[in-house]
Amino acid sequence: MTLHVEKVTWRVEEQAILRDVAVDVAAGELVGVLGPNGSGKSSLLRCIYRALKPDAGYIALDGDNVWDLDAKEAARRTATVLQETPGEFEFVVWEMVLMGRTPHKSMFARENAEDHDLVESALGQVGMLPFAERSFATLSGGEKQRVLIARALAQQARFLILDEPTNHLDVRYQLEILDLVRGLQVTTFTALHDLNLAATYCDRLYIMSEGEIVAAGTPEDVFQPALLRKVFGVEAEVQVHPRTGKLHIVFLPAHAAAPSATASNEAPASAVLVGES
Amino acid sequence: MGAVVEKPSQDQGETRPAPASQSKRRDARFPLVVLALAVALLVTLTLAVTIGPVAIAPLTVWQIAVSRLTGLASGEWSAAHENIVWLIRLPRVFLAALVGAGLAVVGVAMQAAVRNPLADPYILGISSGASLAAVLVILLGLFKFFGIYSLSVAAFFGSVMAFVIVLTLAQHRGTLSPVRLILVGVALSYVLSAGTSFIIFRADDAEGIRSVLFWLQGSVAGAKWSYLTIPSVAVLIGTTYLVLQARPLNALIAGEETAISLGVNTNRFRRMLMVVAAMITGVMVALAGAVGFVGLMMPHTVRLFVGSDHRRVLPVSLLAGAIFLVWVDVLARTIVQPEEMPLGVITGFIGGPFFIWLMRQRRDALGGGRS
Repeated sequence: MTLHVEKVTWRVEEQAILRDVAVDVAAGELVGVLGPNGSGKSSLLRCIYRALKPDAGYIALDGDNVWDLDAKEAARRTATVLQETPGEFEFVVWEMVLMGRTPHKSMFARENAEDHDLVESALGQVGMLPFAERSFATLSGGEKQRVLIARALAQQARFLILDEPTNHLDVRYQLEILDLVRGLQVTTFTALHDLNLAATYCDRLYIMSEGEIVAAGTPEDVFQPALLRKVFGVEAEVQVHPRTGKLHIVFLPAHAAAPSATASNEAPASAVLVGES
Repeated sequence: MGAVVEKPSQDQGETRPAPASQSKRRDARFPLVVLALAVALLVTLTLAVTIGPVAIAPLTVWQIAVSRLTGLASGEWSAAHENIVWLIRLPRVFLAALVGAGLAVVGVAMQAAVRNPLADPYILGISSGASLAAVLVILLGLFKFFGIYSLSVAAFFGSVMAFVIVLTLAQHRGTLSPVRLILVGVALSYVLSAGTSFIIFRADDAEGIRSVLFWLQGSVAGAKWSYLTIPSVAVLIGTTYLVLQARPLNALIAGEETAISLGVNTNRFRRMLMVVAAMITGVMVALAGAVGFVGLMMPHTVRLFVGSDHRRVLPVSLLAGAIFLVWVDVLARTIVQPEEMPLGVITGFIGGPFFIWLMRQRRDALGGGRS
C-alpha cells in the first residue's frame, strides 16, 4: 500500500489550516509527521482517513483517489488508531476489536468463525487476549491503545494511520506501542509529538509548521538545530546516541542555552514539549 | 477514577484462549434471553387483560381471542366479557406494548445518533411540536376537519414540523453535528412549550385543560384495533432497519471519527437514523401522547445487563419496553379506580427511583469508569 498526498489545502473560513501539503509513503515504510500544536498534523491525517474533505489537492491510496472510493472500501484499505473512546457507552474489549470487521461485513452478514479468529489473533498480537472480557473503560491508557491497535489489525487494512499513539502514556508504554507498530510491517503514517521517539522509530519524517511541510527526509536530514529552533522554538543539540546509533535530541533550557554551557542529559524542556496535548 | 490494573507481560496473552470462548458463550446464551423475554411479554399481555374492574380468567382471555380470530369457540363466557376483552382491553394492552417497544427502540437509536446517553426520543422537539398541535386541537378547536382523528393527525404533523425545523437549523456546512442537533432541539422545545403554556394559561375551558394535561403525560385509554396498524408497521420497519444497522450503530457510539474510519458514512447514516426515529416517535406521540421516561430509561437499563452492542440492545429494548409500558398502563388504570392516571405520572414515579437504584447497584457502569 502506498500513500500519495499532493497539494492538499484545507481552509476554515478563508484561513488555510493545510496549505499545499505533499506527502509520500512507500509500501512498508513507517513515516512520521511532527510539528508543534496547531501545525496541522491531525488535520492532515483526518483528510487521509476522510473525516475532512480537502478544498484542493489529491490524496491517493495505491493510486486511487480516496474520495472516489466508497466509505467501506476506503476503510478496508486504511485503519486508523485515534484517541477517541466510547465515553459513556460500555464495550468489552472483544466487542471493541470486533468493530474492526465493520467495513468487511454487509448489512445482512453475521460474524463468522473467521471474524472471531481474526479478533482473537489481533488481541494475541498486542498481548491483550487475557483482557478480552474486560470493560474497555476500565483499562489503563496503554492497554486502551493496544486494544485500538488490535482493532486496526482486525480491520486487515494494509495502511495504518496513527494519531499520536503515545500521547499520555508512560515511557515504557510509549516504547512498547511503537515497538509493536514497527513489528507489524504495515505501511504506517503516524503523527508524533516526541522528537526522540520519532528519530528512533521512523524511517522518514515530515515536519509541519503553520499548515505547511517545512522539512522532509530521514531523521538525520530533518533534525537540524536551526530547524528545531525555527519550528519548535527550542534550543537543542542533536547527537548520535552511542548505544542505539539513532539520533538523540537534547533540549537545552534557556539558562543553559548559552554557547558556554555543555549539553545536559537532564532535559526538562522536553517534558514541557511532549506533555501537552 | 479509572481502575489501574496490573499489566501482564506480552507473552502471557498468547496462551490463554479462555476469554474468547467466554465471548462466544455469551453470544450463544443470547437467544435464550430473547426467548425468555418474549414469553414474559406474552404472559404480561395476558395478565394485563385479566386485570380491571371486572376480573377475567387468563384462560378465558385466550379463548375469546382464539374464538374471535378463528371462529372456533370453546368454553363459556358472557357477551359483556367478550366485549371487555376484545373491544376494550386487548387493543389497549397492545397499544401500550407497541408504544413502549417503539419508544425504547427509538431511545436506543437516538442515543447512538447523537452519541449522548441523555438523549431520548423527544430530543428533536418531537413531543413539544406534537403537544402544541394537540393544544391547538383540544383548546382552540383547530383542525376539526380531520374528524375524530384530528388530534392524532395534528399531533403527527406537529412532530414532523418540529423535526424538520430542527434538522434544517442544525445543518452546518452540509453536516449534522450531534451537539448542534441537541442544542437546536432543546431550544426549539422551549419555544414550542412556551406556546403550549401560553395557550393553556389563556384558556378558561377547565375540562379542556384537564384533557390537555392528561394528553401531555401520555395515555393509551380508548385504544381501538384500528389504531394499531400504523404503529405496528412503524415499529416493525423501524426496528428491522435499526437491527440491520447494528454494526454502524456500534461504530457510531465508539466515536464519530472511529465510525468514519470504519467505513460508516456518518452524515448520511445520522440523517437516516433521525428520519426513522422521528417517524416512529411521531406515530407514538400521535396515538398515546408524550409518554416520558421509557425512551430514556429502557436503553440504559438494558445496556446495564447486556452491554452496548446494538445486536443485543435493540431486541431486548423492544421487548423490555413493551413489557414495561403494559404494566405501567395496568397501574395507570387501577390505582385510582375509577379514575385514570396519565402514563407519565407512573413512569416518573416508578421508573425514576428504580433507575437511580439500578445505577447505584452498578456503579462501575454509566460513566463510573474513565471516559
